Amino acid sequence: MSTTGELPVWAALLTAFLVLTGAGVTLIGSIGLVRLGSFYARVHAPTLGTTLGMACILMGSALFFSVLEARPVTHEILIAIFVTLTTPVTLLLLVRAALYRDRIAGSTDVPPADAGDGSPPPENG
Amino acid sequence: MSWLLPFPLLSAVLLLLWLLLNQSISPGHLVLGSVLSIVASWAMAALRPGKPGIRRPMAALHLMAVVLIDIFRSNIAVGRIIVHPQEPGANAGFMTIPLDMRSRHGLAVLSIIITSTPGTIWVNYDPAKSVLLLHVLDLVDKTVWIRTIKGRYERLLMEIFE
Repeated sequence: MSTTGELPVWAALLTAFLVLTGAGVTLIGSIGLVRLGSFYARVHAPTLGTTLGMACILMGSALFFSVLEARPVTHEILIAIFVTLTTPVTLLLLVRAALYRDRIAGSTDVPPADAGDGSPPPENG
Repeated sequence: MSWLLPFPLLSAVLLLLWLLLNQSISPGHLVLGSVLSIVASWAMAALRPGKPGIRRPMAALHLMAVVLIDIFRSNIAVGRIIVHPQEPGANAGFMTIPLDMRSRHGLAVLSIIITSTPGTIWVNYDPAKSVLLLHVLDLVDKTVWIRTIKGRYERLLMEIFE
């Protein structure tokens, strides 16, 4: 990677702030995975890392490499688009799989199949 | 022309993506990117997804701004719930929202918005009853969530896609 100069202090401070903020937000999301009670509540926690956490870290990265290489670096925008489009698909699959299993198991904590789901109801005669 | 470029906007975006990924606008990458984006749009046409008609580009920008602000605010809200000392997530629960939107593309965008916003997850949509099933981390007042999703997102999405 070619570098054309030293990183100025303002850019270094701003990069450090952005990366640390992003890491902090992602850490809170990860703590949420441990602290939250049910599976459905836990699914919400990692979205902190995939939205604000990701945005801060990517902004820090874009700033760092743009200033260091003295040209706009745009890969981070693509990363943001790909992460934003793909994580909801994964989360949706996880939640739907969990809901399907809970309904088969006859759990009373989840809404029954006629409350807006196209999946087949549990076979109990 | 439509046999060559069934989805011109998709092809244009894919070409732009290719050039951004390679950080280059050399003729070689222009040709390679164009070929790839045209072949990809043929693959898309083979799936027969139905063409989305984007009516109001300004409404799309408005929606993007609204969603970015909401994602920022819910990050803070969900973060507070997680670091809260006693029993985080005690208010979590499922709720249903009746939707007026029928556009498949609009519903797809709504599912991405709701799921990528911390604190809400799209669980299922029943097209027969047009009812959406959601899971919300902080389910204190259902009417607030109904107002947010119907008033802030669905109205703009219907302007864009219907």
